[in-house]
Amino acid sequence: MVKVTVDGIEVEVPPGANVLQACEAAGKEIPRFCYHDRLSVAGNCRMCLVEIEKAPPKPISSCSYPVADGMVVHTDSPMVRAARRGVMEFLLINHPLDCPICDQGGECDLQDQAIGYGMDHSRYAENKRAVKDKYLGPLVKTVMTRCIQCTRCIRFASEIAGVPELGATSRGENMEVGTYVERALTSELSGNLIDICPVGALTSKPYAFVARPWELRKTDSIDVLDAVGANIRIDARGPAVLRILPRVNDDVNEEWLADKSRFAIDGLKRRRLDACWVRRDGTLQRATWEEAFDAIAMRLDGATGDRIGAVAGNLVDVESMLALKDLMATLGSQNLDCRQDGAAVDVSRRDFYTFNTTIAGIEDADAVLLVGTNPRHEAPLINARIRKRWLALSGRMPVFAVAPHAELTYAVHWLENTPRALATLADESSDVGRTLRSAKRPMLILGQAALTRPDGAAVLAASWQLAAATGMMTPDWHGFNVLHTAAARVGALDLRFLPGPRGKDFTGMLGGGVDVLWLLGADEFDPARIGRNTFVIYQGHHGDHGASRADVILPGAAYTEKNGTYVNTEGRVQRGFFATYPPGQAREDWKIVRALSDRIGRRLPYDTIEAVRARMEQLNPVFARLDISPHFGVSDMTPPAGDPSAIGTEPFLPLFQTYYQTDAISRASPTMAECAAIYRPGMAVAAE
Amino acid sequence: MAEDIGDGAKAEQFAQPTGFAFDAVSEAEITKVVAKYPPGRQASAVIPLLYIVQEQMKRSSGSAWVPRVAMDAVAQKLEMPPMRVYEVATFYLMFNTRPIGQFHLQVCTTTPCWLRGSDAVTAACRKATGIQGWGETSADGMFTMTEVECLGACVNAPILQVDNDFYEDMDAERTEALIAALRRGERPPAGSMAGRQGSAPEGGPTTLTSLDAQPAE
Repeated sequence: MVKVTVDGIEVEVPPGANVLQACEAAGKEIPRFCYHDRLSVAGNCRMCLVEIEKAPPKPISSCSYPVADGMVVHTDSPMVRAARRGVMEFLLINHPLDCPICDQGGECDLQDQAIGYGMDHSRYAENKRAVKDKYLGPLVKTVMTRCIQCTRCIRFASEIAGVPELGATSRGENMEVGTYVERALTSELSGNLIDICPVGALTSKPYAFVARPWELRKTDSIDVLDAVGANIRIDARGPAVLRILPRVNDDVNEEWLADKSRFAIDGLKRRRLDACWVRRDGTLQRATWEEAFDAIAMRLDGATGDRIGAVAGNLVDVESMLALKDLMATLGSQNLDCRQDGAAVDVSRRDFYTFNTTIAGIEDADAVLLVGTNPRHEAPLINARIRKRWLALSGRMPVFAVAPHAELTYAVHWLENTPRALATLADESSDVGRTLRSAKRPMLILGQAALTRPDGAAVLAASWQLAAATGMMTPDWHGFNVLHTAAARVGALDLRFLPGPRGKDFTGMLGGGVDVLWLLGADEFDPARIGRNTFVIYQGHHGDHGASRADVILPGAAYTEKNGTYVNTEGRVQRGFFATYPPGQAREDWKIVRALSDRIGRRLPYDTIEAVRARMEQLNPVFARLDISPHFGVSDMTPPAGDPSAIGTEPFLPLFQTYYQTDAISRASPTMAECAAIYRPGMAVAAE
Repeated sequence: MAEDIGDGAKAEQFAQPTGFAFDAVSEAEITKVVAKYPPGRQASAVIPLLYIVQEQMKRSSGSAWVPRVAMDAVAQKLEMPPMRVYEVATFYLMFNTRPIGQFHLQVCTTTPCWLRGSDAVTAACRKATGIQGWGETSADGMFTMTEVECLGACVNAPILQVDNDFYEDMDAERTEALIAALRRGERPPAGSMAGRQGSAPEGGPTTLTSLDAQPAE
């Protein structure tokens, strides 16, 4: 450790740290624009100047100056203040004073720091520079005249997102940040450019001129549009969710957020179910809660348990699934399923279905094998972690893939895309197998596309055996990972929202397998597969595939409108909080189930969410362990159920046709529809 | 296809070619250049390659410039992101990102040249070619005049660089004569137009004129 004195305060920082970090350790705030602790150091904005004793007698940019033992730093000397004022004056020479019409206003680094270091007038009488705006796609709006050329966006695109499409062209007065060739940025992380831009040059296109930050009500929550469980902040005004921003959680999303999670929120205002509907004489008609419950009660009356089924969708919270599961139990039904995709699963051990390495644990891995997955589309933030690790190992971390070819932002060795490759790899003589075996902490990521095939159980078992054979599982390292895409899935598996011993699975419930089918937000299948005489209850928030076939619609709450528990692909239990009221008659989902249970005389034993959660913990103690996902090793190598030799020969297929529309919310979002139209599959560049 | 490349220059319309391929001469030079850098560091050759592109364009079209597709070709050749090539090509003024005339008149106007009469050189260029402002190409397509920063030949100021050749000790008269010669298809030898050798004093040596060594007293 290195001892540094900052303004008289002595701090110890690790060697290799920079002066700015030492100042922060001493509790001194250093103004900065270009420095960002997750990006490389550029040192070009000059705002973080400090004075260092026995260093060159001039202001020194603290972000690019390494600490040395015994260094004495002054962050508030007259020289420092004068230097920073000078930098600020230069920055404001060309920066327009259009704060009243700028979306960054109120959360702008330049605005804030101008309070501390700006002059009350300008000495610059000449014309300001004007820069043409750039087209970066449907999500990021540019006002390039405001750009102060900190190059954070360029570094983010090339380092974190792995799409080196942004750059600085020309030089001096003419320098411009852009793509040179007009094109939409081909990144699923482009929304983060808006967050890292310290001024109003890059702002959100869908959120343009919508609100000021101080008008917003901020609620912490959890994202549900993929299974990463990114920590988010919901910004709402009145009844509307206006934007979603990431919260810092180094174990999950660091401080990034994928575009779908950030921009699909306009889908929350469209195609919503805000009233009960009951099918009468073949058409759906508006109804009251009493009428809807009466219709359900009438149909359930006399139905036997084995002719009733329930399916949980991909976006639902654990509380609602618990209530529905308990309700089904009181009705004597074992027909439960949470897998509309029919994924193979073995819940006898939790590490058979979770991402055991953990997301942060990727940064310890030194070899990766992807099986039937495109992490860039299925979990962009996990893909960014793999890239981060790949970069940290100077691009020398071997990444192999048994999957359809895709651009993943790091170098990938593409192997034969069939499950047979797994058997080949397990062979002692294969080169790739040897590479994996010689790695210290190799990991395998198994995607849903590999499990939703007829031979899914075989692929699951074969992958586990391969992981065991190549040293991916040791007493202090667990390299077997299942990558989920549905936010509700791991929670549902923890809850065992699965067919009971004599129960029917999802496919068994379709085609007339049950007389009454309760769809809890289940939209990811063709409703025509439901039997003609099956009575369908759809409980959910969007008028999507499931609702179109329903006989009774019960309007539920979307994830921003309820307190809910979600378990991410790592098995991390996290809680989202209520931000806005659900529209119209819609209610929180577990309360709907609870109210119905009362109506049919099978009252569930909980009235508060605390009681629901106590019941969850009783069913599975993991629900009591909030926001932890410890690293753990494995010593029991018993594979999951499935015959590894039964693997098929069909190639793995991509799981998603488009990243942007994968669930009821993103399908209802005009922004996501625009993205899907611009970023067509197999088309990297979009011409405006 | 006239695309706006948004580089801040005047919105002049010109056609970007739709394709570019290195010819045999260029390929041979590329092999030589890339071999100078360690394996995996071939991106270091981006500046020489852009020069090779510019020379090939001069050979094939008579105009030494670097079209966008050629930058893409360089990026592909050196296995680097196209954006990194765009950055280099637009940063250095030696690379023309739009078509120029047959001869590129580059007038140095930095202080030493300006003190020694670069204004007169500029005016003579204007008069002889009909060009009005910096960066323009003459109506006959023969000349493009640009303003450049210090060429590093201040002892022989002012300098007019034509393509890759330095013409030194310029004045209005010599400039007009040079342009007239270029029009005739002649290429006067580069160097001092005042007739001195290198940057030796005008009118011959002023020191070391005799072999008598006078020892210091």
